[in-house]
Amino acid sequence: MSTIFGSSIGRKLLMSLSGLFLVTFLIVHLSINLLLLVPDGGETFNIAANFMALPLIKYGLQPVLFGGFIIHIIYASILTLQNNKARGNAKYASGNNTKDVMWASKNMYVLGITVTAFLVVHIVDFFVPLQITHGAASVTYDGVEMHNTYALVNAALSEAWRVALYVVGSLGLTIHLTHGFWSAFQTLGFSNNIWRKRWTVIGIAFAWIIGLGFAAIAILQFAFYQ
Amino acid sequence: MENNISLTLKVWRQNGPKDKGRFETYKLDKVSTDSSFLEMMDILNEQLVNEGKEPVAFDHDCREGICGMCSLYINGRPHGPDDDVTTCQLHMRKFKDGETITIEPWRSAGFPVIKDLIVNRNAFDTIIAAGGYTSVSTGGVPDANAIPIPKVDADEAMDAASCIGCGACVATCKNGSAMLFVSAKVSHLALLPQGKVEAARRAKNMVAKMDELGFGNCTNTGACEVECPKGVSISNIARLNREFLKAKLAD
Amino acid sequence: MNLDSKIPQGPMAEKWSNYKANQKLVNPANKRKLDIIVVGTGLAGASAAASFGEMGFNVKNFTIQDSPRRAHSIAAQGGINAAKNYPNDGDSVHRLFYDTVKGGDYRAREANVHRLAEVSNDIIDQCVAQGVPFAREYGGLLDNRSFGGAQVSRTFYAKGQTGQQLLIGAYQALMRQVNAGTVDLYTRTEIVDIVMVDGKARGVIARDLVTGEFQRHFGHAVVLATGGYGNAFFLSTNAMGSNGSAAIKAYEKGAAFANPCFAQIHPTCIPVHGEFQSKLTLMSESLRNDGRIWVPKKKEDAEAIRAGKLKPTQIAEENRDYYLERRYPAFGNLVPRDVASRAAKERCDAGFGVGTTGLAVYLDFKSAIERLGEDAIRARYGNLFQMYEKIVDDNPYETPMMIYPAIHYTMGGIWVDYELQTTVPGLFAAGEANFSDHGANRLGASALMQGLADGYFVLPYTIQNYLADDISTPRMTGDEKEFVDAESEAKAKFEKLLAIKGNRSVDSIHKELGLVMWDFVGMARNKEGLEKAIERIAEIKKEFWSNVRIPGSGEGMNVELEKASRLADFITTGDLMARDALHREESCGGHFREEFQTEEGEAMRQDDQFAYAACWEYQGADKAPVMHKEDLTFEVVKVAQRNYK
Repeated sequence: MSTIFGSSIGRKLLMSLSGLFLVTFLIVHLSINLLLLVPDGGETFNIAANFMALPLIKYGLQPVLFGGFIIHIIYASILTLQNNKARGNAKYASGNNTKDVMWASKNMYVLGITVTAFLVVHIVDFFVPLQITHGAASVTYDGVEMHNTYALVNAALSEAWRVALYVVGSLGLTIHLTHGFWSAFQTLGFSNNIWRKRWTVIGIAFAWIIGLGFAAIAILQFAFYQ
Repeated sequence: MENNISLTLKVWRQNGPKDKGRFETYKLDKVSTDSSFLEMMDILNEQLVNEGKEPVAFDHDCREGICGMCSLYINGRPHGPDDDVTTCQLHMRKFKDGETITIEPWRSAGFPVIKDLIVNRNAFDTIIAAGGYTSVSTGGVPDANAIPIPKVDADEAMDAASCIGCGACVATCKNGSAMLFVSAKVSHLALLPQGKVEAARRAKNMVAKMDELGFGNCTNTGACEVECPKGVSISNIARLNREFLKAKLAD
Repeated sequence: MNLDSKIPQGPMAEKWSNYKANQKLVNPANKRKLDIIVVGTGLAGASAAASFGEMGFNVKNFTIQDSPRRAHSIAAQGGINAAKNYPNDGDSVHRLFYDTVKGGDYRAREANVHRLAEVSNDIIDQCVAQGVPFAREYGGLLDNRSFGGAQVSRTFYAKGQTGQQLLIGAYQALMRQVNAGTVDLYTRTEIVDIVMVDGKARGVIARDLVTGEFQRHFGHAVVLATGGYGNAFFLSTNAMGSNGSAAIKAYEKGAAFANPCFAQIHPTCIPVHGEFQSKLTLMSESLRNDGRIWVPKKKEDAEAIRAGKLKPTQIAEENRDYYLERRYPAFGNLVPRDVASRAAKERCDAGFGVGTTGLAVYLDFKSAIERLGEDAIRARYGNLFQMYEKIVDDNPYETPMMIYPAIHYTMGGIWVDYELQTTVPGLFAAGEANFSDHGANRLGASALMQGLADGYFVLPYTIQNYLADDISTPRMTGDEKEFVDAESEAKAKFEKLLAIKGNRSVDSIHKELGLVMWDFVGMARNKEGLEKAIERIAEIKKEFWSNVRIPGSGEGMNVELEKASRLADFITTGDLMARDALHREESCGGHFREEFQTEEGEAMRQDDQFAYAACWEYQGADKAPVMHKEDLTFEVVKVAQRNYK
């Protein structure tokens, strides 16, 4: 067990597990975001968002989530550095014309940087005012006071440039996932000639559901909820 | 039908492992489209020798696609612009008259250049030596039919075992990873009862050696299986991952 | 010259057991003190080196390639024979033995062949234990097929890549010993001389092909497993690097070279297509199981085809000459290789050949596809058809394949006794490099069997019988006079080559040699032609040593220099082949003398005069070699004229 993470496959295992963990986070996140579309002035969404601020989640799950991101990013960087070294200093003058290779699979790190950049904006937009500075406005339902997260989101998504940014971020995530999803299962060894095709199809479908889901919510908020 | 074409060749020349290396450009006229790529290289070399120049060094041997010796990176692809072939099986009918062809050695930190287009692939032997075998000595083995093996398993093992060790997988991999090569051997033996006995040990030792030799980490791009002249599948990589993780978790 | 074959006493079937029961052995503590040099890493070399290592000897193993796995054994497609009799069709050790001697046209030593048949079964067991993925039936047991006209199904196979899988098995066993430290592997290293000390082979001079440096290596015994010399013909199915140089070094040190003229021409190769061609591609003769061989019946049809005015599919059935079926009704398209090859040559020489050169015949799958369906044919030969299409750009499912014979395997080689020891004490030869088991013609799927038999099951025993007397011989350092002298001689030879600075490339001279060999020492030979060949080869030798141009220097990698040193030895080989073919005034197996044929064009052996192995002894660079005879006696096999009608 001791040296498992010292090996190439072990490092990939960490990428795979942290990636799949982040995938489950995306599912939860998208589910809650869908509540933005409930036409009740944001009450359902606010209650759900408030649930995410419960101490157990805030102090229990958030660090884990944060850890997931950190592991995924750090190991991605380590692997990329190692891989560049393994590729060697001399580059092919004639480039690489290998056909039938998914573009995303060769650009995961770049896509990851795109997603991370978007993530930073996203954290500044919402996580900071909601969970750190508590600068967000409040609202009270049934005597319970909470942040009016909906208002914050709604205001943010009234600006076209931000909506555009969120759409771009979502697309980056989508492309990242088109390779990342099936790749995670391949790394875990849950793949063979049959399942490989299945995972690829499932992965691409999943990636687009997630990506289009986030993007669509932002666009709908901008267009119909102002 | 046979045709003659003229070509411009941009060929990597490097005197030795420490030389910096450079491209040289050569013109070649009247190359029959029926000739193989390596026969075209022979024609070039004959021309160079007749001019009193040193011919281009390149690896080749059986010239029928099985020894795994030939290893040219042609116009951006290992083994050139045809599918499921080695360089020696590539024919000039795949090229157009007047075309410029760029010919490079395999490039990867694991395969240092020896001279011109020849690289050192000893790392593959070292990986096999680390565990790519069944530990049985000559003699004293059971009858060949003592253990029935399902045909499906035998066929799948054969597919994995068809690897010729040419290194195209490493050459094309953006990570310089040798996972397809290693996984082909691990799969071949793990699928057979004779090899299963030490499957865990083998997977661990071969992966450790592969890492030690500086090959990159697999990111499942699948470029290796596209360029593999023998069509070895990356399902073998999944099996290697499985065998390796199982072995490590059992420790 | 001492040509004692050392055949053990006793009935044929007990000789090997008797030998093993009475031979000398080396105890484990002494094995550690003994060094064995193995040259070559093909089936024979890798299996021998691995087995010696497992036994505890110190082994040094050399290959000219970058990895042992590149050896040309890897290219064998069809399969490996064994007398397992799994299909219950009447096979036995005796029958395999008998078929091999008969197939070899009664020019092999019975005792050796019987031992080969005896150990054939062990080979299959060994390979399966190594994880060789032989083809299997749905029940999980091994599948067999009939091969090359055998009446029983005794051929084990792994798709069309049997040689590859067996070699990888041996290679893996070898790499296991490399890992264990018992075998030191020297890749990209060529043997340039054999070192003799007190009349025994005690080491080799090697040249590092990457740095150009010379090395001295000591061994208590030296094993040559360096394959055949078919590349003397320039065009052959051998790999580009296959060469007979180590064997010639042995010959020059006093090892007899036996039956050099016995070279096998394989009938199913892709025809020559141009002067730039570098090698010929063999297609497994299993194709003859379902393909029918024909040429047009009318000369004008053949001429029209050659001119590109007619397609083979346009020739009506009644205008096709299925000449093998016509001449040999009993065996038809499955006659042995030499018979099929000569028949093709006969038709082409008579003006019925097809292809642009007229040197090709058709191998047609039309009736097989009609009978079995395209899918069945695809399942059997798909990879071969694909290979053909890649090379020729023709679809063999629609239009017949074109084939022509090509040099493929050399039965002749270094003379060895029953222990596989040459006439030089301490020097052994295994696999295709020796002359032993195939007589004048090798049966399909028997080369793999012989290579592995020698390496796994024969040499590990017989070499001990020699080494047992050597346990107190201390290791030499390589600084002894004999080593130093041998190295300077080898260096001088390379310097001499570099100093010629002539006008012709190595390949151009090699091609010239090849044409002479093919024209006069090829499929059909005659006195006049062979005498001419000897003359022409002498001229080529002169041309080579005065006019070859080798760019570059002896330092670092120099491919032209490697090729030149090998060509020098091919010239010697070519001369030997021609002399041997000239002296052997009979037709047998791969050797066909036009003067010795029946009215129907069949080979005529002269058993009363030529039932011996011709062993040539080197006399010096510019002197004709001297021939000695090892008489062959047949105790068990009844000598008869082969008849495939």
